[in-house]
Amino acid sequence: MPDTRTVLQQIRRSLAIARKDIRIYYSKGPVIIFGVLFPVFLFLSFTIGRHMTMDFMIPGLLGMILFFTATSISPIVAPWETQARTLERLMSCPVRLETIILGDILASFTFGIAISLVTLVLGFFLGVTISSPFIFAIAVILAAFCFASLGNVFSIPPTNTPATINMLASVVKFPVVFISGIFIPLNELPAWGQVIAYISPLTYFTDIVRNCIQGRGHLSVVVDLLVLLAFTILFLVVALKMHQKTMPKRI
Amino acid sequence: MPDMPPVDRAAIEVRNLTKCYGTVSAVDGIGFEVKVGEFFGFLGPNGAGKTTTVRILTGVIKADSGTAIIKGFRAGSLKAKQIAGVVPEMANAYNDLSGWDNLMLMAELYGVAYTKAKERSENLLRALGLLERKDSLVRTYSKGMKQRLILCMALASDPEVLFLDEPTSGLDVQSARLIKDLLRNLNAQGKTIFLTTHDMDEANQLCDRVAIINQGKIVAIDAPERLRMATSSMHSVEVSFTDTLNPEALAKLPRVNTVSKLGDKYRLYTDAPGDLVVSLVNYSCSVGQKIVALNVLAPSLEDAFVALTGKEVKDA
Repeated sequence: MPDTRTVLQQIRRSLAIARKDIRIYYSKGPVIIFGVLFPVFLFLSFTIGRHMTMDFMIPGLLGMILFFTATSISPIVAPWETQARTLERLMSCPVRLETIILGDILASFTFGIAISLVTLVLGFFLGVTISSPFIFAIAVILAAFCFASLGNVFSIPPTNTPATINMLASVVKFPVVFISGIFIPLNELPAWGQVIAYISPLTYFTDIVRNCIQGRGHLSVVVDLLVLLAFTILFLVVALKMHQKTMPKRI
Repeated sequence: MPDMPPVDRAAIEVRNLTKCYGTVSAVDGIGFEVKVGEFFGFLGPNGAGKTTTVRILTGVIKADSGTAIIKGFRAGSLKAKQIAGVVPEMANAYNDLSGWDNLMLMAELYGVAYTKAKERSENLLRALGLLERKDSLVRTYSKGMKQRLILCMALASDPEVLFLDEPTSGLDVQSARLIKDLLRNLNAQGKTIFLTTHDMDEANQLCDRVAIINQGKIVAIDAPERLRMATSSMHSVEVSFTDTLNPEALAKLPRVNTVSKLGDKYRLYTDAPGDLVVSLVNYSCSVGQKIVALNVLAPSLEDAFVALTGKEVKDA
């Protein structure tokens, strides 16, 4: 087991990697397109012309924005660095693989939080209020980390083409949006639809946000938070284990 | 060889190192030691296992078996990486960051304090002629500038051991010379340097000792001079005459091993250059030709390389 000093040192180096990712990847085309433009237009196309209250719309928009933004950077960093031939230099630095992966996840996490805050401020202007700000804040942080970790799982195949990973990620991300109570509330879904909804981490985040804004959710907030935590741990473990195997193949 | 600092333990110790890709042994049970303060060259043709060896030593990939120790630490461990600087083959700096930001990133990843990193980076950029362009994005750098920056990045942590995989390959003369001069200075300051190169002259000029690797196995390790001398049959005499001659006639002279034509000259390989010179003078008189130029050449490191690997250098 590494000692506390080593752990702290590696966390600091993770933050350096995250800062590097933020400076390099935030302005990349796929991040802006898949992270910001796509969810906004998708949401608009489903809500315009339908008579929805602001209290129903904002949780859905927030859930979708956080999901898309937090999963927009972590998938492309590894293939991009493979293509740009910067990965070998990074791997020869005194950082563990976990440090590199955590740095990539933190960059995606920060992007998710920042863009979601914009949505939230928009909601406040439109008269939305949050009943439990503390739980809401925990949910946003946990969900952003969970989705960023999921994004990192997408980048496991050792390809050097970011487009391949984006395609793979889209195949998962789009169906997830439709089954997670964004456009149709969970209690209006048929029983089989609800069963499918429970395998999506976005369902639990949307449920918490509805709880905090609309005052009613489908599940208890504690259950939502625990399941989100479980998904986060699952994605992190899968990402770490699988990257151990595929990372050397990128060189 | 230059004097070396007192040594308790070798800087690099490799024992029985093996790495296979499928059924191909990229590195096949190699072993060697590099002393502290030594400038060690690693030569071999393409696919010989040079880059695989460097990648194992720098912790980028794991060996299938065997051990590699860097100053007492297992290669690939955080401690071994912490004391090493690396210039990987074909590696790039981050194109979307400036040269300065690339250096600062390296300093952060090696845990170098900001004030120290700033001072060191400025000195390195100045030494390699990049200080004025430090704030430009790396994508605007020439190839030579990028490679010089990568060397600066490898030195940002003031490493004890420096690994360089083909650092001057394909560079302009000025960049290559700057890099070679800096490496010489670093070695004089006591840094251990492990260099892979295709350039025999470079190895000859820089390295205290050279290992020649072929098909995953080390075929020779020695000082460049001794490797050259060991291939005694590779002595040669270069001669040119007033008129063109039939090389076959020259090949029939006593003590000639092989003859090759190089432009208007002939190179005759022999293990007895003195005797051959006499034969050549007699031969020129007998055929009524004058000798325009005659040089006796000791075997080059390139000759030793060819003799030991059985490959033409152009393949390397």
